[in-house]
Amino acid sequence: MTLRVVDLACARGPAQILAGVTFAVAPGQALILRGPNGAGKTTLLRTLAGLTPPLAGRIEADPDAIAYAAHADGLKAQLSVRENLVFWAGVFGTRDITAAVAAFHLGPLLDRRAGEMSAGQKRRLSLARLLVTGRPIWCLDEPTVSLDAENVARFASAVTAHLGRGGAAIIATHIDLGLPTAQTLDITPFVAKRIRADDPFAEAVA
Amino acid sequence: MIALLSRDLALAIRAGGGFGLSLAFFLIFTTMVPFGVGPETGVLAVIAPGILWLGALLACLLSLDRIFQLDWEDGTLDLIATSPVPLEGLAAIKALAHWITTGLPLVLAAPVLGVLLNLPASGHGWLMASLALGTPALSAIGTFGAALTVGIKRGGLLLSLLVLPLYMPTLIFAALCVTRGAAGQEALTPLLLVGGITLGCLAVLPFAAAAALRVNLR
Repeated sequence: MTLRVVDLACARGPAQILAGVTFAVAPGQALILRGPNGAGKTTLLRTLAGLTPPLAGRIEADPDAIAYAAHADGLKAQLSVRENLVFWAGVFGTRDITAAVAAFHLGPLLDRRAGEMSAGQKRRLSLARLLVTGRPIWCLDEPTVSLDAENVARFASAVTAHLGRGGAAIIATHIDLGLPTAQTLDITPFVAKRIRADDPFAEAVA
Repeated sequence: MIALLSRDLALAIRAGGGFGLSLAFFLIFTTMVPFGVGPETGVLAVIAPGILWLGALLACLLSLDRIFQLDWEDGTLDLIATSPVPLEGLAAIKALAHWITTGLPLVLAAPVLGVLLNLPASGHGWLMASLALGTPALSAIGTFGAALTVGIKRGGLLLSLLVLPLYMPTLIFAALCVTRGAAGQEALTPLLLVGGITLGCLAVLPFAAAAALRVNLR
């Protein structure tokens, strides 16, 4: 299914960050979000993921089609790699973690506790979670942080394989992922920072 | 949902999970009472119901700020919020996991501590019954408080201030139930009231907790 965003305005807390964002991502397509730090990439992705309600505009997609991956890895240090993945598979109602393990080369680490892994290894585990969600549209917030070149390539091939299966991806990143077919969207023109007029808390803190 | 429950229970019994902390606190708190008020058995028997229930309240309070805070800090809460599990379900499961790791051990340990405080024999059954019926309300109210304060750094104190007054009805009727039971009087009415409070909390508070989480995740 195509993710279509029409005239979207996004807010983070009391401030409106973006306005008039319009784009569409069809199955098999990837969209790279670009913009300087603080432009609103994370805010846009959180709005797409359904964590923050949009101020205006529409997101035409099934919310249950979107898998979100944030800056934070969302891993439990006390659980092993296998337990972390099995947990997420259970939450999303899928059972099979073998494809996720293979895509990010986690086989040798399966019984290692997440707390004992390096930042890059945690990142790989966190990205492997996307595959166990079984959802078609990935919204990724700087997915390659702490990955080395080899694993960036591994990630790029996982995204390519996902696109090949009819999935879609929206990726906020500052580096070149080597996805030849990806479109790029610079969000700088949509930046519209102002304090929300309808902020429900403005009265309380004024 | 079952994956969430089993993960929470697994985390609780792993290193640093805090399983047993509340129980240990309850044990120490109750054993310290005779040192504080003196060992006269008559005095202890009178105050035992109130002390045991206060101990249970404070023991429950200890682990409340972990319910959502740890998941919020490592980003898991954001990811669960985007998963097929509804936040209402998450709040209910969190309350259940909190009760299994905190309330249930208190229920099982209470008779032993009743002996320690010279609670009359006729009160023990009522003590266990009131704890079994009352502690789920403590977990449900605590989960709501934890949802309100998630995202506030070191919100534990604020959480206590919010939650303790809400524990009052349960405390009043549960302690009354044990007092009357220990004195050989009819104690079913306060016990039923405790049960009613618990059922009301279980029916309403997961929705309130989910609403609070939604606001805090924005």
